Amino acid sequence: MGVRTALKRGFDRVERPLDRLFGPDWNPMANLGTLSWLMFWIVTATGIYLFIFFDTGVVNAYQSVKWLSETHWLHAGLARSLHRYASDFLVLLMLVHMVREWAFDRYRGKRWFSWITGVPVIWFVYMSGITGYWLVWDELAQYVALTTTELLDALPFFAEPIARNFLTPASLSGRFFTLMVFLHIAIPLLLLLMMWIHIQRITAARTMPPRGLSVLTLAALVIVSFAMPAVLQGPADLARFPSTVGLDWFILGLYPVIDLVPPSVIWTGALLFTVLMFGLPWLPPRKDKAAAEVFLDFCNGCTRCEADCPYTAITMVPRSDGAPFPQEALVDPERCVACGICMGSCPSSTPFRRSGPLITGIDLPGRPLSKLREEVIAASADLAGPGRVMTLACEHGAAAAPEKGRVILPCVAMAPPSLFDFILSRDLADGVCIAGCAERECHNRVGAQWTKERIARTRDPLLRERVPRDRLLTLWAGPTEGARLDEALAGFSKDVAALEPMPGKRSLETDATGEEDPR
Amino acid sequence: MKGRLPHLLMGGAVTLVLGLGVAWLSASPAWRNAPENMALLRLSFTHSGDRSASCRDRTAEELAKLPRNMRQTQVCDRRRPPIHVELEVDGALIYSAESAPSGIAGSGPSRLYERLLLPAGVHELTVRMRDNPASEAFDYEATREVELHPGQSFVIDFRKDSGLIFE
Repeated sequence: MGVRTALKRGFDRVERPLDRLFGPDWNPMANLGTLSWLMFWIVTATGIYLFIFFDTGVVNAYQSVKWLSETHWLHAGLARSLHRYASDFLVLLMLVHMVREWAFDRYRGKRWFSWITGVPVIWFVYMSGITGYWLVWDELAQYVALTTTELLDALPFFAEPIARNFLTPASLSGRFFTLMVFLHIAIPLLLLLMMWIHIQRITAARTMPPRGLSVLTLAALVIVSFAMPAVLQGPADLARFPSTVGLDWFILGLYPVIDLVPPSVIWTGALLFTVLMFGLPWLPPRKDKAAAEVFLDFCNGCTRCEADCPYTAITMVPRSDGAPFPQEALVDPERCVACGICMGSCPSSTPFRRSGPLITGIDLPGRPLSKLREEVIAASADLAGPGRVMTLACEHGAAAAPEKGRVILPCVAMAPPSLFDFILSRDLADGVCIAGCAERECHNRVGAQWTKERIARTRDPLLRERVPRDRLLTLWAGPTEGARLDEALAGFSKDVAALEPMPGKRSLETDATGEEDPR
Repeated sequence: MKGRLPHLLMGGAVTLVLGLGVAWLSASPAWRNAPENMALLRLSFTHSGDRSASCRDRTAEELAKLPRNMRQTQVCDRRRPPIHVELEVDGALIYSAESAPSGIAGSGPSRLYERLLLPAGVHELTVRMRDNPASEAFDYEATREVELHPGQSFVIDFRKDSGLIFE
């Protein structure tokens, strides 16, 4: 088992108990990106509020922070604590999000864009935090100012050593604080821009967590802010040097390293880290499967594939073939990850068709609907006895390993609802199990949601009413939940075996004779 | 959010515990960046090397070749010489380095910023600087006995009009 697989399974094991505590939809591990956005907005709102009370200047800065923290602790002090703790949470969420996306292999191939645009976000978050600590002008700020400027002075870019601004109390000017306030506003604005770019290749990207998760997170932050208000250390004094400081290990965690190793090592390390992060999607590159392909003879421009694509890979463009429809789907191969969700959403994707070759409006060249139909028919041959259950499995979930009677898909939403009908009505199995990945988060963002809505008949293409729901099992299970899968499959097999024979089912051979479906 | 009270309570409790951990780590454990009973000494100069040693008078022929408005009698190198700085603490030479001029053409001032940690107590500090390579002697030199307190930040600077400054 490789490092990535081990890490992915580790995440799954950690996240399963959180499913029980929060509910799968509120699981914070499945909402790392949206929670980061929430933290950003908390930091922004509290930062604007603090700016009302903050006074720039060598003496005034510390005094104003002390005043707002002590005299006005109920609102301004609370805002300051929220400002700090939300910033810390932002760092934590960002780093876990980064490692998790790597572990889930969602950083390379066609997903490179989101990874690459996330790299500057890391640096902007740290720079925003560092400039913020500077403004307080307490002992920690002095330590941060000295360490940062001495590190910057090691670069050959600055005419005058910046650290000379901090030689003596007389050498520091209030103008410097004005500059730092400017940077503390400008850098977060750049951060916001990068965060916006970061989500551009995601359809209907969410920037807010579910309301309940937002409420409980904010409530917890408020309680923490009152219970443990953000620390303000002694005032900065350039005639002394703070040999011991209470460090924020989230934002300033690298400062002890800066103290211990030469600046050249730090800069070389930072450069190598950045280059490595930028290069990671190509170390090694992933060869994605061929992008989806549109077949205009079967496309009426209904826009369902565009609405269902998780990665903005499909756009609707004016019709090019003279057919009497205003639009047609166009696939951007640079963005298509071949998850197959579009194929599952196409109303032309019906395995029942008997006239001509089975071609749908939008198909995967590497795994067309016709092949999927053949795979399903072949899998049925492995099933025997009462309670035959065919599993349509997500390759990222508990049922990812090949098994008799199992068809593994890049995403369960690749299977059009008519395929479930086909399996049952053509007597290929007595029951169909749709085994997706963990419910808390679909590997392809929306596949689980679309599948549920199609079965519930709230999203096109609808599952026909004639399909007996007691012969369908939807199971959402992560890669470490094999035992739960086996148990559920065994129980389901027993249940369908006990059912009355399904009325109106017919064999594939009957299809070949051209007889009409009696239903 | 109907029926989500258990999730609000249990999830909220988990988030609260995590938040308390984050709050603790936002100021603890403390980091000691220097041993106890030490003082910080910073030696920092911004000073241009004296390039008069590289100057020479133009010959009459050279001056004659120049337009009338450009007939400056003396010509000097654009590049400034480096400055050489030494620091002795209690008679021991602990810093000796040349600082090159700044700028692409080497026409800017030399800049120096060094930090040293010294044990608190009385020390005799001697600083020397040579900004003209014409001689081996130092152009500026000063000795001062100072009492450094634990945690004190002591600076040795240089200004053209006041010479070496201890503050």
